[in-house]
Amino acid sequence: MDFDYSDDQKFLKDEARKFLAARCSSAVVRGVLDDPARSYDAELWRAVAEQGWLGAAIPEEHGGLGLGRVELCAIAEELGRAVAPIPFASTVYVLAEAVMAHGTDAQKAAILPRIATGEVIGCLATSEGPGVITPSALQARVEGGKLSGVKIPVTDGDVADLALVLANEGGRPGLFLVDLKAGGVKAETLESLDPTRGVARLTFDGAAADRLGEAGRGFELVQAVLDRVAVLLAFEQLGGADRCLEMAREYALGRYAFGRVIAGYQAMKHKMADMYVKNEVARSNAYYGAWALDVDAPELPTAAAAARIAASDAFWFASKESVQVHGGMGFTWEVDCHLYYRRSRQLSLVAGSPKLWKERLVSELEKKNAA
Amino acid sequence: MDFNDSPEEAAYREKARAWLVEAAAAHRAEHGEPKPTTPEHMAAGKAWQARKAAAGYACITWPAAVGGGGGTPIQSVIFSQEEAKAGVSYGYFTIGLGMCVPTVMAFADEAAKQRFVSPAVKGEEIWCQLFSEPAGGSDVAALRTRAVRDGDDWIINGQKVWTTGAHYSDYGIVLVRTDPDVPKHKGLTMFWIDMRDPAVECRPIHQMSGGREFNEVYFTDLRAKDSQRLGGVGDGWKVALVTLMNERLAVGGSAGPDYRRVMELARGLSGANGPVLKDAAFREKLADWYVNSQGLKFTRFRTMTALSRGQTPGPESSIGKIIAANQMQDLANTAVEAQGEYGILVDPALAPMEAAFQQSLMWAPGLRIAGGTDEILKNIIAERVLGLPGDVRVDKDVAFKDMPTGR
Repeated sequence: MDFDYSDDQKFLKDEARKFLAARCSSAVVRGVLDDPARSYDAELWRAVAEQGWLGAAIPEEHGGLGLGRVELCAIAEELGRAVAPIPFASTVYVLAEAVMAHGTDAQKAAILPRIATGEVIGCLATSEGPGVITPSALQARVEGGKLSGVKIPVTDGDVADLALVLANEGGRPGLFLVDLKAGGVKAETLESLDPTRGVARLTFDGAAADRLGEAGRGFELVQAVLDRVAVLLAFEQLGGADRCLEMAREYALGRYAFGRVIAGYQAMKHKMADMYVKNEVARSNAYYGAWALDVDAPELPTAAAAARIAASDAFWFASKESVQVHGGMGFTWEVDCHLYYRRSRQLSLVAGSPKLWKERLVSELEKKNAA
Repeated sequence: MDFNDSPEEAAYREKARAWLVEAAAAHRAEHGEPKPTTPEHMAAGKAWQARKAAAGYACITWPAAVGGGGGTPIQSVIFSQEEAKAGVSYGYFTIGLGMCVPTVMAFADEAAKQRFVSPAVKGEEIWCQLFSEPAGGSDVAALRTRAVRDGDDWIINGQKVWTTGAHYSDYGIVLVRTDPDVPKHKGLTMFWIDMRDPAVECRPIHQMSGGREFNEVYFTDLRAKDSQRLGGVGDGWKVALVTLMNERLAVGGSAGPDYRRVMELARGLSGANGPVLKDAAFREKLADWYVNSQGLKFTRFRTMTALSRGQTPGPESSIGKIIAANQMQDLANTAVEAQGEYGILVDPALAPMEAAFQQSLMWAPGLRIAGGTDEILKNIIAERVLGLPGDVRVDKDVAFKDMPTGR
């Protein structure tokens, strides 16, 4: 049995934590939060590229480090802990993973090296309005290799160079790579619950679109991409949830009320014990997801769903109850609780809500347990 | 990250499995499959334990000199997994070998160690643990059973409760009050006692589930020699903490019917809009149960990983019972509600799945209390894992005899 980070992976994770403690302090996150003109921290992005993290899981032949997915999960956990204000998920978990899993050799050669260096920022453009996007509702379409339609909201869409877009072609849904800098695209930054991450409305009017993966299978491809994304996001959520528990603990140990430290009150202790229980359930499910992702196991759909459900639940609970433990201070702008509260919403919404993943999980279980 | 045994672990598993196949077949040929709680079942359990001890598979982590297997914690876990798969296991020895006998080994005199350890390993004698009392459940140190010195003897009077296996145990370790004039933790002392002594009386407890699996134990002028003392006079609390630390690594599965069983049930039940399995609210719950079950399973794997690497496992296994017990209750109640008015029936001949969910519903409240209530377990996580301060102890500096007791 070897169901944990290895010593090398732990070393990488420790190094990542030190690096982010130095380069991604709360002040750096708040720099993006408080500046409406910035959707990410470009300096941190360059530094992360120099560390090789953007290409951690990209093969060496395409300019990456050629590490495994578990290493990427270790980095993700630390990025989540630091609420890093960079388009890492959109670029690495979505775009790089999608191109590696479904791209042609030419697409891999053209895109992956530029992701590894930090030249290309990615994004995933599926949503067109409130609610879940379905085949019958999908409006965006590609005709003669040109895309038209509106995607809203697109996480990191305002800073991205290359979008992965769900659109119909000849009446059948497909997934397309669209160069956002090549014309025929308008990107407008929108306000969101989590201003430390960029969000945009992308309007396409004859933008050049290059199909990724099989024609007519757009929704299946998006789901396959999201299975991979879900595991990696679960690690970001887990990192955030653990940090929320630490912050709550630190605060409760220093705060006195009614003549004694509030960390001694059972109402506080049980709340934090509940956080711990949820975080450990999330960690164990996330590790299983990491294993399934790393070896491309047939169990990936259920493992990814379980990882995402547990991590979404843990981060939401820890982020909201951390505010509660901090009391009035927790509701202020200057205490960091809200950075995590916001990020927990961003991470839960960005790749399908937990409710959707629960339905997906049960559908998979039905297939597995069909009599 | 993988689920594979190391080459040494795989070799051990293979050896254990091969032994189990043969041993289980021989055991069944001799004893059949007797019904639980019958004398035949007890006899079969003792025979199985003896067979394991002879092969070095009883108390695997204990030294061979005392009858153990001289093995490692991961070998012990591997054997338990394989034993569960082989379908032969008996619960009679868990508490004795997991908690009582290690306490005897740590604190008894040489004569008692020579006398008791080996027969216990071989399943010849069964031990029980007598800590809880009507006035000392979560607050065990508030117990009232008195031991008074009389020459070279101690005379014990009082009552214990929820003692697992008291009625079939040969010996027990008992925590008693030897000094009521000092604060509660300081006046306790531990002894081993003979459960067959006529001064010991066991009465079954009628549980809310209808069964009578646990006991009250009464002591009326029970005499124990001073040589039966485990640890110093007044050191009973420290000894008890050692007993509790020896609790075996929890590697068992979760309690009651699992998510697969409830899925199977829901597939065949009709709700207001088709099969219950298609009901959105039910599906959300099902997903949560699956995620929690997987969470516990993989948490056990993380514990095993630490053992496999020769490390001390982290505190993560402390989440197990809180989740398992609450999930058992929620799952059972949902399954019973899904049966509609019919859910009220408890006859295994009528209720779906032999009334497994109705039984589970009535057992779950006990599981949320036994071996540490939800609330105490959360305190333990908060204090020992998260390092939060203990609660205010209003009885800390008060002599036991002056403590308020209520009714």
